[in-house]
Amino acid sequence: MLKKILTIGLLTGVTLSSTLAWSQQLPELKSVNVDLPAGDIQFPGGAAADAINNNCLACHSADMVLNQPGLPRAEWEAEVRKMINVYRAPIDDADVASIVAYLAKNKGVDKAGQ
Amino acid sequence: MNQDVVKPHGRKRLQTGSAGMFERQSSRRSFLRQIGLVGLSLAATPAWSEEIARLSLASGPRDRPITNDFPQKRNMILQRIRPPLLETPFEVFDRGVFTPNEHFYVRWHWAVIPNSVDAGTFRLSVRGRVNNILSLSLKDIVDDLPRVELVAVNQCSGNSRGYFLPRVPGGQWAHGAMGNAKWTGVRLKDVLDRAGVKAGAVQVRFNGLDEPVVPDAPDFMKSLDIDHARDGEVMIAFAMNGEQLPLLNGFPLRLIVPGWYSTYWIKMLSDIEVLDKPDDNYWMTQAYTIPDTPYANITPGQTGVKMVPISRMVPRSFITNIVDGATVPSGVRVAARGIAFGGDTGVVKVDFSSDGGKSWQSAKLGADYGKYSFRQWETDFMLADKGAHSLMVRCTNVANVVQPNVPNWNYGAFMRNVIETTPVTAA
Repeated sequence: MLKKILTIGLLTGVTLSSTLAWSQQLPELKSVNVDLPAGDIQFPGGAAADAINNNCLACHSADMVLNQPGLPRAEWEAEVRKMINVYRAPIDDADVASIVAYLAKNKGVDKAGQ
Repeated sequence: MNQDVVKPHGRKRLQTGSAGMFERQSSRRSFLRQIGLVGLSLAATPAWSEEIARLSLASGPRDRPITNDFPQKRNMILQRIRPPLLETPFEVFDRGVFTPNEHFYVRWHWAVIPNSVDAGTFRLSVRGRVNNILSLSLKDIVDDLPRVELVAVNQCSGNSRGYFLPRVPGGQWAHGAMGNAKWTGVRLKDVLDRAGVKAGAVQVRFNGLDEPVVPDAPDFMKSLDIDHARDGEVMIAFAMNGEQLPLLNGFPLRLIVPGWYSTYWIKMLSDIEVLDKPDDNYWMTQAYTIPDTPYANITPGQTGVKMVPISRMVPRSFITNIVDGATVPSGVRVAARGIAFGGDTGVVKVDFSSDGGKSWQSAKLGADYGKYSFRQWETDFMLADKGAHSLMVRCTNVANVVQPNVPNWNYGAFMRNVIETTPVTAA
């Protein structure tokens, strides 16, 4: 069928005339196949980072945490509980304390700077 | 490191009064100068990263790598590798009213993202409270439905979260979790009409191809009221700025909800379900909710506030050619320019202040690409006295909504739209 080209809202006449030509040139959609970076860099800190490395990297890369501002320990604990209770992170109860301790030590309120 | 590249914003570049309106510099050198190069290395900044952006957030960490590791993307601020959070360097907004696809910001909730989509076998399903269940191919959508186009701003609910005080956990965006594009596609209304919505429909729920890593975690889905879904403006886009969408911006189809925050703009849209009762899924009732107060503003620590789903955007405006901390010449007229948007309606006025908000002057507005688009503005000013000064810009929209003087705060760090201040030194 003949393609109808419509505009919505307040598009001006100038915009309309320029988009008419543009629409006719719209290329055919082509399949896409890409690679995404793995994002598997570990949290630093050796053995103290074991719990956070073993439990937290399945769903997100470490930079999400490392880019956070310094937060009070209670806020970090709430974040870990949210990951478990809302986002269903399969974290052993025994590891929660280690993860919170790591966050409070490395990303606590006194670690707000660089 | 090349000293010339590290040098802060030069005075020569600011004295561009004779340049054409909204002319843009786009050299690599100016890009690097805008983001500010530093040599520090961070825990979150891998050693292999060549370039670092220093964001002017409320507190650290402020440094992020500039990445070229993501498909169909170039020179993005890396907030998170997986699932990707990529921010548009602010310099991009100075180059034009449309945000190029390769620099358009990226935000995903769950890490299971298909890395290939077959244009021939992809199907969009329409089901639920409808007369005819549909399974539409891309060809069905592109060839058989009326085509529409719209320019609209897409902005993350948490854009500028990194400026909230007290700080709030989440993606620590500067101002670059937004973009403006020309969207081409079909009206959602036409798709729903083809399926035939039955009486009793109250909402329409949208789902994409992304999935949680943990099977019983809440799949990311969003819903709109049936009347909104059928308003003729909400659309399903198959092109963005004249090209198919980058995979990370939702190839092959993305829901476009003009004037509303991006949380509703479902990427890789694959499933539309007409509901006969309000959607009670986590992403509607718990996540992306805001206090039901003016500016979604509460006192930090305040409890017992009625929460409602975030919805319409509010006006914002930015200076794009002068960065925080820039040195500008005193005693001569200096060009200022930038972008504004009205939120859920058009821009009627942009005002500029070079004295910290004591006095305001009207800026000249650029071309109008429709009420949901960025609108460029420009003006000039003179700082008579050497020393510290504050530049400010303020947008008023068609509904006479004005940016507020004080920043809002809420637990999600959503909906920032305070009048932004750019500190400069006159020399």
